[in-house]
Amino acid sequence: MDLNLKIWRQKDRQSKGSFVDYEVTGISPDSSFLEMLDVLNEQLIEVGDEPVVFDHDCREGICGACGMHINGRAHGPDKLVSVCQLHMRKFKDGDTIIVEPWRARAFPVIKDLMVDRTSFDALIQEAGYISVNTGNAPDANTIPVPKKNADLSMDAATCIGCGACVAACKNASAMLFVAAKVSHLALLPQGQIEAKERAKKMVASMDALGFGNCTNTGACEAECPKGIDLTNIARLNRQYYRAKI
Amino acid sequence: MVKLESKIPDGPVDQKWDRYKSTQKLVNPANKRKLDVIVVGTGLAGAAAAASLAELGFKVKSFCYQDSPRRAHSIAAQGGINAAKNYQNDGDSVYRLFFDTVKGGDYRSREANVYRLAEVSNQIIDQCVAQGVPFAREYGGALDNRSFGGALVSRTFYARGQTGQQLLLGAYQAMSRQVKEENIELYPRMEMLNLVVMDGKARGIIARDALTGNIERYSAHAVVLATGGYGNVYFLSTMAMGANVTAAWQAYKKGALFGNPCFVQIHPTCIPVHGEYQSKLTLMSESLRNDGRIWVPKDKDDAARIRKGELHPTDLPEEKRDYYLERRYPAFGNLVPRDVASRAAKERCDAGYGVGTGLAVYLDFKDAIERLGMEKIEAKYGNLFQMYEKITDDNPYEMPMMIYPAIHYAMGGLWVDYELQTTVPGLFATGEANFSDHGANRLGASALMQGLADGYFVIPYTIQNYLADEINTPRIDTSGEAFDQAEQETRQQVEKLMAVKGTTSVDTFHKHLGKIMWENVGMSRNKEGLEHAIEEIRKLRGSFWDDLRVPGEADDLNPELQKAFRVADFLELGELMARDALDREESCGGHFREEYQTGEGEALRKDDEYAYVAAWKYEGDNQPPSLHKESLHFEAIELKQRNYK
Repeated sequence: MDLNLKIWRQKDRQSKGSFVDYEVTGISPDSSFLEMLDVLNEQLIEVGDEPVVFDHDCREGICGACGMHINGRAHGPDKLVSVCQLHMRKFKDGDTIIVEPWRARAFPVIKDLMVDRTSFDALIQEAGYISVNTGNAPDANTIPVPKKNADLSMDAATCIGCGACVAACKNASAMLFVAAKVSHLALLPQGQIEAKERAKKMVASMDALGFGNCTNTGACEAECPKGIDLTNIARLNRQYYRAKI
Repeated sequence: MVKLESKIPDGPVDQKWDRYKSTQKLVNPANKRKLDVIVVGTGLAGAAAAASLAELGFKVKSFCYQDSPRRAHSIAAQGGINAAKNYQNDGDSVYRLFFDTVKGGDYRSREANVYRLAEVSNQIIDQCVAQGVPFAREYGGALDNRSFGGALVSRTFYARGQTGQQLLLGAYQAMSRQVKEENIELYPRMEMLNLVVMDGKARGIIARDALTGNIERYSAHAVVLATGGYGNVYFLSTMAMGANVTAAWQAYKKGALFGNPCFVQIHPTCIPVHGEYQSKLTLMSESLRNDGRIWVPKDKDDAARIRKGELHPTDLPEEKRDYYLERRYPAFGNLVPRDVASRAAKERCDAGYGVGTGLAVYLDFKDAIERLGMEKIEAKYGNLFQMYEKITDDNPYEMPMMIYPAIHYAMGGLWVDYELQTTVPGLFATGEANFSDHGANRLGASALMQGLADGYFVIPYTIQNYLADEINTPRIDTSGEAFDQAEQETRQQVEKLMAVKGTTSVDTFHKHLGKIMWENVGMSRNKEGLEHAIEEIRKLRGSFWDDLRVPGEADDLNPELQKAFRVADFLELGELMARDALDREESCGGHFREEYQTGEGEALRKDDEYAYVAAWKYEGDNQPPSLHKESLHFEAIELKQRNYK
């Protein structure tokens, strides 16, 4: 496949960025999107240019490091994948592909397609855990958990922290991310003790970190590579109201 | 000769850990606050250690090269974590888990360490459930289990096909709580490039801030390396792109011995290689072997027709399929250990029975779908099937999966004693970064177990035995001579890499190295090939330093420079691996020397000569390393040839 790429290049946080055109040729439809960028970068290095910078690590869709807007969609046109699992067979020979970093106030651009997502870590540090020290846990089967709840909890816990939900939201809200963590823990008896406090603290922290309000339009759900759904946000809201009453 | 003190406590194997704990030195709470610990790496071993040490009151500095600790590659582990809970009432026990692990490791691990691992396995599950890890459950609300290779019981706990992710998030959340409590300082996007040794003790690290290129100094009373394995020396592996050996390698160059470097695991069920541009290999969890059956055509002509696309595999009748694992190993069938399954796949493909490109075999779910129904299979393996389909564009519910072995795990690593301390006092190594628990082959679902065992339940005890003697040492000043020198070494390496200004990219060298390693130091090895590899690696190292091109600046965000650091160390490690493989004139676990096999093509171990850990000591850049041996003594288990028939 031969492709035209329009890629956002930005030297650092302070500099103004712009789109730069590149061409790549002979790309295999079986290669991943990031492997296509590898090919481009090898070309750039060969002619003495700086390669395009982007975050990536596991390349199997689970670490959550990669993420970019491709043709205006978070993680590109395929469903339920992060960029590393997006394959070139989803594009056509001769396509022009526009590649941009996540755009959100809470995720400032570091360079090119790389953004700073430490605000997600800050959210978890605020209250995204169960306060238990190593070593004092009772036997694992002491508290039975209904299979249904365990499964729902797992559905929420599959969040990879990539930030697509924030990037897709026109308010750059972190509602789905926070809701996923609040749901994951609130659905388990171990996590219920702190559930209300957790919801309250994480929502307050979300505001403080510069994330916007929920739009209720569901762009986050549509772009989530792990298919985390909006019922989690409903659950977060319920926890939050209960905490406030 | 370095005397390798393994510090195994006295007494019967099942009492050693208790005895150790009741006699070791402890640090009182007021003193803990005055002691700093650096933990490098935030995978299971690192995150669990950082969280647990911080909970105890130590001041922890935690480093990772990723942008967040949550992204460490433990996250990609799919299948599960073993524990000897015996919830299934199928005859499991601590002893059995211990026995299976030693046997699975082909009797090349240290008995006392493995017993401790099996012993604390149950506490890990308790701890993870308390943290909110959403393990799979049965309808009654109790925890569910499944089977993994090398075991006759169901002892594997799992969270769909994302067990590693859930365990890591548990540890990451525990860590995050301690960040909030100000007991942990986080240093993400920081890569350790050197170890600082002061008066013979590990006292700090030199790290490079990936965002600014700054070379920085960090000090502590003890340093824990939880930096994972070195599978990326092969370029193509199931490791994360950034996984590297640099921290461990720099420690080796500062006097820590490197144990059994040639022991790497080749996982039998990965998606086959599809092209030159490929950057990594994706694993399909071993749990699939619970229900999937592995086969190739019985007839070479059928295999050839399938490869040409003239015959569809689903049209090949049952009697024309060779379920070669079930045929060769009727007792364990498709659930033989990984090394055995990998070699058997290679044997069939080399003999001309491979499908796909010729380097692939089928993993077929047809029978399981008939037996259990589509829905059950989807519930069990849905996310794995989806991942397979996204990558290959084939639907595994209709068409058998194609799989082939790939590099997956390093059993070798820094040599550590029973306390997980390396030969440099104050330097500890945990998880995949050390050599200790898996011998020559790791069983499935045991990496997560070891990472968390070391992090939650071993290092928080053993490090105190060391730190108790450090309570009078004030916080370490980073302005001393040892820090000056280590920083200088790192700066020189940066300058050297930037100064080559050649024409060839880092990846080109890395791919070349990977090819040499896979062909000669891979699934099967022989003397000639290993000698050839050593020669080739030396040549490649020469051209790396002659013709490398690193674009950009040293004092800026520069991913090519980061890669160059890593590959420079891989180019040295590769040679040590080949040397170790050459020295070990026997076959055991993942180390298969063609010269040493039984009449049936199984690994032939030589216990009289090779029942030892090969620990290599760095002797200088232009000197061959020296070999030091820790003899392995088996008291609780009788040494036997493995038999999975």
